[in-house]
Amino acid sequence: MSDAFITETELDGAEDGVLAGKTIAIKDNISTEGVRTTCGSAMLEDYVPPYDATVVERVHEAGATIVGKANMDEFGMGTTTETSFVGPTDNPAAPGHVPGGSSGGSAAAVAAGDADLALGSDTGGSIRCPAAFCGVVGIKPTYGLVSRYGLIAYANSLEQIGPLAPTVSEAASLLDVIAGPDDRDATTRADPGEGSYADAADGSVDGMTIGVPTQLVEGADKGVREAFESAIESLEAQGATTTEVDLPSVEQAVEAYYVIAMSEASSNLARYDGVRYGHKSDADGNWNESFAQTRSEGFGEEVKRRILLGTYALSAGYHDKYYAKAQQARDWIKQDFDRVLAEVDVLASPTMPVPPFELGESLDDPLALYLADANTVPVNLADLPAISVPAGETDGLPVGLQLVGPAFGERTIISAASALE
Amino acid sequence: MSEDAVTEKDVRHVASLARVALADDEVDRFTTQFEEILDAFETLEEVPSVDRSAELTNVLRPDEKRDSLSPEEALENAPETEEGRFKGPNVS
Repeated sequence: MSDAFITETELDGAEDGVLAGKTIAIKDNISTEGVRTTCGSAMLEDYVPPYDATVVERVHEAGATIVGKANMDEFGMGTTTETSFVGPTDNPAAPGHVPGGSSGGSAAAVAAGDADLALGSDTGGSIRCPAAFCGVVGIKPTYGLVSRYGLIAYANSLEQIGPLAPTVSEAASLLDVIAGPDDRDATTRADPGEGSYADAADGSVDGMTIGVPTQLVEGADKGVREAFESAIESLEAQGATTTEVDLPSVEQAVEAYYVIAMSEASSNLARYDGVRYGHKSDADGNWNESFAQTRSEGFGEEVKRRILLGTYALSAGYHDKYYAKAQQARDWIKQDFDRVLAEVDVLASPTMPVPPFELGESLDDPLALYLADANTVPVNLADLPAISVPAGETDGLPVGLQLVGPAFGERTIISAASALE
Repeated sequence: MSEDAVTEKDVRHVASLARVALADDEVDRFTTQFEEILDAFETLEEVPSVDRSAELTNVLRPDEKRDSLSPEEALENAPETEEGRFKGPNVS
């Protein structure tokens, strides 16, 4: 079995539809009726959902065949796919390196040709980072474009399900299938705008104004910057105008993101108590001792770290200092993006400030790994759409370029991204 | 530096609130890491006051009966059941 998958399947979709004949990998935090859905965690090693996520129903109806449940960082918490309880996934585009995370299995399945398409989820970069590291395309939709019904929650105010594919137009076709309102997710937008996303992949960037936030470029690795700058020159040669823009609010985005994501995680993961589903400890003891032992055995170290830090940030005496301040930073970031996106059509930056890490290289220092999310997390805090598209290599390792658009401006970023192919 | 250093006692306290049993070596590691991570979070103090973003609107649906999982389906993943119910540990 390919190491991109936790479980292999062969679930045929409808006979005709826009995805007929296509194979698709589904990230293992998206519920599939009758097929175990582990979230990359020993806690859910044997969990078999009794229902399908809305996006799974939609890809089935569109004719796609689900070929596997893709490996991921445990509960989506990671940037490398190394925190999965089944172990790491190798990067098909850069063997010996991580595929990025947390949707690393989804990106690796597409890069290796194990699936034509994949679904991932993006809470702070978890679609865009693996897309960049594996040399494929990934889209994080505007918050509210795609139903989260059946997505097992990590930080629900930040996350969206989105497509990964070899090309912009294939990713956009999959977005056409999964986007749109769902009465089972009240945060989906009733009217997200008319027109096909696939048709927007027209290769045209002529006349577009692209803002380049200095804060998201200056910290990047030299080789990443060179690849990014040559991609920008290609867009300029095709008729785009570029201009430097100032986004001071992103300086605190990583800290704000982790406070909010960990706080939401501490609440969302409180449900794992070994009573209704999931791992249950054999240890004796009362209610509290039994839950604590079950959770100790079921969760890996990164998940425990985030639950505990989130509990700390929400606890009496610290709520105002951490959680309230992080929400204030989120408001600032939203307004800062709105301001610059009133002046330019899209924003461009390297997706990741660094090329893919070597397998095993980065697990010891959690804070250093969190800081690698600097370019992706501001987009989730601002609820905006973004795409990562391949932009060459540095020393043989893939580099991704990220384009960010205004809310529900997926067609604009898809159009600009397709000009890089 | 953070004004109050993170202690082992703090880590054990939040672990108890979150119902996660920790081994001694995990407590040691988390104490050091939390000090460093919470120190980084202090930079949020530099965030300026801004107007709250647009108020969000509640989305409500009519409170009508609809299909749900059968009791059998709902119990399928439970480690222990008794007479069609979930079975949890003793309360005390």
